Amino acid sequence: MVPSAIHNLSLSITEESVEQSLYQKVGGVCMAIAILALMAALAGAGKPYPALFLSIIIGMFALGAISYAIPYYQGHAGIRNNGIMFKNMTNRGTIAWILGIALTGFYIIIYWFPWMFEGLIRIFDPLSKLLTNQPANQWFMYGAFYTLAVLTMGIRFIGRHRHNRYHVIRTCSVMFFQLGFSFLIPMFLKKLNEPEFYFSYFWPLKYSYLFPSDVSSLMSSGHLGVFMVFWGAMMTFIATPILTYKYGKRWYCSWVCGCGGLAETAGDPYRHLSDKSLKAWKIERWMVHSVLVFITITTILLWLNSYYKGGILGSVSGSFAQWYGFFIGALFSGVIGVGFYPIMGSRVWCRFGCPMAAVLGLCQRFKSKFRITTNGGQCISCGNCSTFCEMGIDVRSYAQKGQNIVRASCVGCGICASVCPRGVLKLENGKEEGRINNNPIIIGNNNISVQL
Amino acid sequence: MPQHIVIIGNGIAGITCARNVRKNSNDNITVISSETEHFYSRTALMYIFMGHMKYEHTKPYEDWFWHKNKIKLVKNHVASIDKKGKKISLQTGDFINYDKLVIATGSVSNKPNFPGIEIKGVQSLYGIPDVELMNENSKGIKRAVIIGGGLIGIEMAEMLLSRNIHITFLVRENLYWDNVLPKEEASLISNHIREHHVDLRNATEVKEIRGADNGKVSSLITTKGEEIICEFVGVTVGVSPNISLLKNTDIETDRGVLVNEYFETNIPDVYAIGDCVQHRNPPAGRKAIEQVWYTGRIHGETVAPTLCGKRTAYNPAPWFNSAKFFDIEYQTYGTINPQSQEHETSFYWAHNKGRICFRAVYNKENETIIGFNVLGMRLRHEVCDKWLQEKRKIDDVMTNLKQLNFDPEFFDKHEEDIISLYNQQTGKNINRKKKKILSFFTW
Repeated sequence: MVPSAIHNLSLSITEESVEQSLYQKVGGVCMAIAILALMAALAGAGKPYPALFLSIIIGMFALGAISYAIPYYQGHAGIRNNGIMFKNMTNRGTIAWILGIALTGFYIIIYWFPWMFEGLIRIFDPLSKLLTNQPANQWFMYGAFYTLAVLTMGIRFIGRHRHNRYHVIRTCSVMFFQLGFSFLIPMFLKKLNEPEFYFSYFWPLKYSYLFPSDVSSLMSSGHLGVFMVFWGAMMTFIATPILTYKYGKRWYCSWVCGCGGLAETAGDPYRHLSDKSLKAWKIERWMVHSVLVFITITTILLWLNSYYKGGILGSVSGSFAQWYGFFIGALFSGVIGVGFYPIMGSRVWCRFGCPMAAVLGLCQRFKSKFRITTNGGQCISCGNCSTFCEMGIDVRSYAQKGQNIVRASCVGCGICASVCPRGVLKLENGKEEGRINNNPIIIGNNNISVQL
Repeated sequence: MPQHIVIIGNGIAGITCARNVRKNSNDNITVISSETEHFYSRTALMYIFMGHMKYEHTKPYEDWFWHKNKIKLVKNHVASIDKKGKKISLQTGDFINYDKLVIATGSVSNKPNFPGIEIKGVQSLYGIPDVELMNENSKGIKRAVIIGGGLIGIEMAEMLLSRNIHITFLVRENLYWDNVLPKEEASLISNHIREHHVDLRNATEVKEIRGADNGKVSSLITTKGEEIICEFVGVTVGVSPNISLLKNTDIETDRGVLVNEYFETNIPDVYAIGDCVQHRNPPAGRKAIEQVWYTGRIHGETVAPTLCGKRTAYNPAPWFNSAKFFDIEYQTYGTINPQSQEHETSFYWAHNKGRICFRAVYNKENETIIGFNVLGMRLRHEVCDKWLQEKRKIDDVMTNLKQLNFDPEFFDKHEEDIISLYNQQTGKNINRKKKKILSFFTW
């Protein structure tokens, strides 16, 4: 066949390839009921029957999401990314934009106009009283929805990757840490009149845990408070470097962290939307390390200020931290980080903003046993690995050179290795020696060594 | 004075050549292709059709890469080569002068000559235009037939299945791909194909394809006289070197462009690499025409220093290849023949669930390793390559089997089963190198 001289490369394949199954239709109906109940509750209708409304909303959301996931458990296990690039929902179509704006709006309201959710928050009272002995506030509601999303979408993710034990185990792990460490335990601590402490978040992600104000209030709250301060400092300064040395950043980012947990589960349908360009990588390095520098300086200043009894910053120190909280904590990690999932992919916050990721990344890049090994010359440059990397790493650019992938940003989710059709990639912890093979000889050619 | 190196073809061979010339020199490089403006990965075509990726995801380099590396890309079709004037003429009437010319035109799909091959809805799969055509031809259809049991055939099956199209898969051989795979592997894959509800028919050939009044394909008649109703026929009966451009030149061709071990053709300063090549003296144990991604890449790597003045012979390491058949990955290293040769012993282990197998072929006399085949299991290329080149003994291979493994973490390990079967069959008593106890907790 002689190819025609000029070819249009649009490949406008638009039809949805797979018809929605019965389960997915049922799922859609459940979701619709949940949304209706949610709107009614917003209008205040839930006040007399909070438990009923809560059960309907949580139950229908859960049922809907799980029914949607059922098809992934049917038939043969394997990589099923069919139609991701055609679907409106996963290809930045209208539905994706609607969802993105709805999520963004949700975050804006919850941070700055929580009174708008008053009716909805009230139906969480029964659950909140059960767990914390206190009426619900917007953060309780947020935590409940967040946990629900991680659990239900985690079930979906496990179905998609049930043939791969690595994914099954780490997804169970993020579901466990979200439910226990980021929801039930802190709520239960509240019930016991202890400080609401998140054992799975550490400085610099949970920056205030090493701020003088938090430390002093924890220290003065009793033995448990003292342990919490010890725990936080120990995790930041001792456990983080050791674990990252042994297993890479993944021990935290794709096994423990709640932000990572949401990205791995609820964010999974959007992982391919991350920007893979060299330019994005440059921006990422500047941004994420700037955030780390900023929070480190802030913390040091706050301690100096506290040491000199307010002599350095006076009242400025407090507003310094407040501004950080506004821009980084709220605007970046919440509004952009999650709100923009359907547009910019699931790891925007982790990649561009998270100071914890920056610390872990520096460790992983310069002192760790973790790497993604490239299997000799087997790469066919197809691009599945790069496409489905949520951190926007151009995995292929390493794999096709026969080079191992050692990157600060890699969270070790292992999807690149799963979608590779030729078995080229393997996440492993090995000897530090030879981890970064900068001048590899692509195996298969005995006369040539490839210069980079 | 930098020379002008012109490469016809922007596939893996041509582009690897261009990149490696750039690493070695400041020569002017021009790459001409009529298919696409930029290099894309042909192996990813199926994923574009299935919606795993878009065309832009299949481009291994960002578009700025070519300008930055001063590799000039020309999207045009070469009409003819004037070897005396050292210039090529393009379809648009322009000329390009060259100092050295590299032909990397790839291959074309074979076209069998049974009646009906020209009917609309009958097509093969090789490049972007084929995917576009397939998209059009498969719109709204229910049934398709694929002819030819090779790697492209099974890819096409997977592509069409992703759009819920029923597939009848006609294979000339007795089992799928059993002209390459040993019987056990071929039947394992044949079973897997059927698990995906593909109607796989072995030892079946085509008599003719019939069209309906609307000009589209309506059915296919097998040599057994059976009529299969279908709206699409995929013809995937292999590829041949694309040498139509050289028909009226003095460049010697047979089935492919004839080259020596330096990829030189019979005409000075004209080279050929990749799928379109036929080796005059293939390296020991290798075929004269080898049309896979990896050989294309290795050709490109090897010819580049020659073009830059450092004449380098083709010296490929042990053969390797890989594929994925629906959900089962395949890797091969060294030489595995479909039937064991006289001097070979073939050891085969299969997992009881029928999705995983391991084969090691070794020399009967001196027990050195000759090749590995695996399905549903990943092996470490570096180790396979080393052991094959060192001609390791099979007992040594078995003892250190763990080093071969490249499966993801937490996957079931099969070394123990494999070794115990080996011991059972050979009457030997090989012990697997044991993992350090508590290695999980050590540094």
